[in-house]
Amino acid sequence: MSKVTPEDIQKLAQLSALSVSRTEAEHLARDLSAIVGYVEQLAAVDTAGLEPTYQVTGLQNVERPDEVTDYSDLRHGLLDANVPNLRPDGHIGVGRVLK
Amino acid sequence: MSGETISQMVGRLLDGRATARANVEAALSRLTEHGSYNSLISTCEQRALQRADQIDQSLRKEPGRAGRLAGVPFVAKDNFLSFGAPTTAASKMLRNFQAPYQATVIERLEAEGAICVAKSNLDAFAHGSSTENSDFGPTLNPHDKSRVPGGSSGGSAAAVALGSVPFALGTDTGGSVRLPASFCGVVGYKPTYGLLSRFGVVAMASSTDVVGTLSRSAGDAALLVDVMSGRDPHDATTLDRPSDLRYKGGLRPLNVGLIEEFMGPEVDPAVKAAIENTCQKLARMGHRVNKVSLASLPLALAVYYIVVPAEISSNLARYDGIRYGYSAPRAASLEATYGLSRDQGFNAENKRRILIGTYVLSSGYIEAYYQKAQTVRTKLINDFKAAFKRFDFLIGPVAPATAFKLGQNTKDPLKMYLTDVMTVGASMAGLPAVSLPAGSDPAGLPIGAQLIGPQLSDGKLLQLAQDMEGVN
Repeated sequence: MSKVTPEDIQKLAQLSALSVSRTEAEHLARDLSAIVGYVEQLAAVDTAGLEPTYQVTGLQNVERPDEVTDYSDLRHGLLDANVPNLRPDGHIGVGRVLK
Repeated sequence: MSGETISQMVGRLLDGRATARANVEAALSRLTEHGSYNSLISTCEQRALQRADQIDQSLRKEPGRAGRLAGVPFVAKDNFLSFGAPTTAASKMLRNFQAPYQATVIERLEAEGAICVAKSNLDAFAHGSSTENSDFGPTLNPHDKSRVPGGSSGGSAAAVALGSVPFALGTDTGGSVRLPASFCGVVGYKPTYGLLSRFGVVAMASSTDVVGTLSRSAGDAALLVDVMSGRDPHDATTLDRPSDLRYKGGLRPLNVGLIEEFMGPEVDPAVKAAIENTCQKLARMGHRVNKVSLASLPLALAVYYIVVPAEISSNLARYDGIRYGYSAPRAASLEATYGLSRDQGFNAENKRRILIGTYVLSSGYIEAYYQKAQTVRTKLINDFKAAFKRFDFLIGPVAPATAFKLGQNTKDPLKMYLTDVMTVGASMAGLPAVSLPAGSDPAGLPIGAQLIGPQLSDGKLLQLAQDMEGVN
């Protein structure tokens, strides 16, 4: 049975863009070990000759007309309601990301 | 637990015995009266009353042109984008999020005159089986306040069970409509994957997410799917409506398979007895019930808890503290903005699922876990196909036991996951399923019976469910 360590959790957290504290990593390592231990029962299942299923209805290449839709009314509502720092000139103020 | 069905409510409106405004006001006052159950995150009172007045006005002008849901108030799980209130997905991450457009299914309900009066509670991002993972506090079971309503659509199920609204929208990724329906004693319908548009629904696991309904009767579920189904250019996974979606006429004697794997010694005796009673009822109705074994069905939960976290880790990558949603105020760099916003915006269960997903998709593990799970999924689908060669529908419980106590499973995530063991199979195969009230245990807690059909048998499935409601 795979054992997930707190170090594994820190690595996974980094890959997932999550910050995880040391105590949290210990709890999560215990939880994930139990969950991974449970799902590992699949290793023993005989799947010879079977292909994986990624979607269940068999739709392929669903297309719609390549037409321009005007969303300008939506954009207005979206910006007003959801952008904390919307400047009068319509630009969005964000935090500095470059040093 | 009383309240009207949709058809009774529309009937009163058309007779002139009610107005849309009176319906909305009554629903809001019932919801307020039952506030202690915490079934709601917000109400859309102002917009709901405006829409009600518009509907009343147009009814006076053109009484013949009333929609099929004219003046019917409903509640939407708070992971449906809608106007009139924030859409939070019960997460701190989206606490103040105002939807710039509405979900297709909400638009289609509104086009027939339905009125969204409130947004209901759920496990944050629908990650859970008890509604205890909500960042807005748990919802309480209408039959026993010390117990959970089931999840993740617990608020929707409770609002219908309390008689506040005739129906509610939910979402079902692995049982999130059927389980709370069973725990609260209402009808919970999960359609065939792709039958209803997910456009405007906060994504959890895109290969199994479906929109579902909670209602007081199977007839209402049939009406709702008829209103909401059909292709949506904004959701490429939507299917054409099957011609027999509104099933008319009686059903010839059907073959129903009782799933052996769901009637083992671990299942609560009261639940087993209720399912056996339901089978006897089917027999009295002239249908044939025989046992059936689906050997790979007990593996569905392990498949689910690989595939679904994998898809969650991908779908929740969009919450980065930059584009929308919560952003950590004191982050000093771009990396810190991502890390702190996601750390503070997501709760423990969200993080657990993201990390499991990242684990099973990691280089070196993806074949052993993710690909293997998707291949066992094929085996599961083949088992269902073989069963549906012999049987029209399958029957079994929705859950091994009735509603559990608040806090009983929160310390042990794996134990909580096992609650879904009987519902995830239909989800992984994209099958329609319905949870029907099937009596109660000695403590008075509701028990649900689950009927599962082949893909696109929704019309016939709901007709069978309606026929069963008419028989004692």
